[in-house]
Amino acid sequence: MASGGEVKLFGMWASPAVRRVEWALKLKGIEYEYIEEDISNKSKDLVKYNPINKQVPVLLHNGKPIIESLVIIEYIDEVWKHNPILPKDPYERAMARFWATYSEDKCRGAVREVFFAEGEKRVKAIKCLEETLRALDEELKGKKFFGGENIGFSDLVLGWMAFWLGVSEEVASFEVLDPKKFPWFTSWIDNFLKVPVIKENLPPRDKTVEFFHSYRRLHLAAPKC
Amino acid sequence: MATAEKGVVLLDLWVSMFGQRCRIALAEKGVEYEFREENIPEHKSPLLLKMNPIHKKIPVLIHDGKPVCESLIIVQYIDEVWTNNPLLPSDPYERAEARFWADLVDKKIYDCGSRLWKLKGEAQQEAKKEMIEVLKLLEDELGDKKYFGGEIFGFVDVALVPFTAWFYSYETCANFSIEEECPKLVAWGKRCMERESVAKSLHDPHKVYEFVCFLKKKFGVE
Repeated sequence: MASGGEVKLFGMWASPAVRRVEWALKLKGIEYEYIEEDISNKSKDLVKYNPINKQVPVLLHNGKPIIESLVIIEYIDEVWKHNPILPKDPYERAMARFWATYSEDKCRGAVREVFFAEGEKRVKAIKCLEETLRALDEELKGKKFFGGENIGFSDLVLGWMAFWLGVSEEVASFEVLDPKKFPWFTSWIDNFLKVPVIKENLPPRDKTVEFFHSYRRLHLAAPKC
Repeated sequence: MATAEKGVVLLDLWVSMFGQRCRIALAEKGVEYEFREENIPEHKSPLLLKMNPIHKKIPVLIHDGKPVCESLIIVQYIDEVWTNNPLLPSDPYERAEARFWADLVDKKIYDCGSRLWKLKGEAQQEAKKEMIEVLKLLEDELGDKKYFGGEIFGFVDVALVPFTAWFYSYETCANFSIEEECPKLVAWGKRCMERESVAKSLHDPHKVYEFVCFLKKKFGVE
């Protein structure tokens, strides 16, 4: 176990952004205290440590908060230097950051669009999502992981797609993960989920499906402005 | 994806705040580079489409034939390759803080700003409220420091300063004064303009406003 001060993580069990931070901590063997937040009733501590957007994850290291999951993972990688998550070469680091940003700026929005869309909007949204999967599939050509032989920064950040995309497909009744269309990406999902740190740190599937069913129902029932 | 060319090329658009971040970073490091103006969106060059096939956007930094895309990723790349005059601090916690604030600028300012000149009525008022909120947050973070980086002109300064050339446009379109709301931030902007890297990269706010008027006409906004 890696030492280096007191580490706490404020999280929420179903959140992919929280889970990716946990994967990073566990890859480095860092001991930490996990604090589960009730998002509908946020703790005083969470609001104190993240007054800006009051969201999880928040990492507390020796009492100092770090927020935003991608920022947290880079911080973890810089403080605990063993089992590096980002490559050393500046160009490869830029590529790793590019795909991480792609996940957050494009993929999340694309999945979200399909998840909440109906009818004609759904058809259009699926086309957009398939475009992002095509880009990811192309990038993975000839590679086991985005990081090469071992998982790296892009894998951790894109990792939500290996689990939560499948959950979304089930909850919102759509299908995009076609091995014929995206052979490299679907292989990556299989390989990623086999990595012990990942396999042992996923939320329970049925509970997650139930959670996202409620989340979708609530969102679709909300009055639209 | 790589070409055989050696050296540094920046594919850019004169008015782009994202391109300006890269120009400022390169200037701070004293890196010689070729600036190539792209005719966006009328005619994206074959080189741009080849170097950034995913987003097809500027800026793209091409270093010895290899492309780097996304302005904040480019700035970090520049900082890691040319290690003189570091833009990010050496302490991991301070680096995390800098990354957080630069990310906030990315997530909020461009979007709010665009809504300020594109929209009218209640929607514009909402955008104005959000813009003032985020500028005040940034001003709080700046405090009484010379720069966001303290004494050092750093990553967050580079991320935010190009937007100061757009303040006049935001104010004029939405009828408010950023100096009244955030005097320390405006003073910081003026201090940054004393740096050659910034002064040479940013355009006159009136020229930017002319461009915004051109965009408004193009998009049919009154």
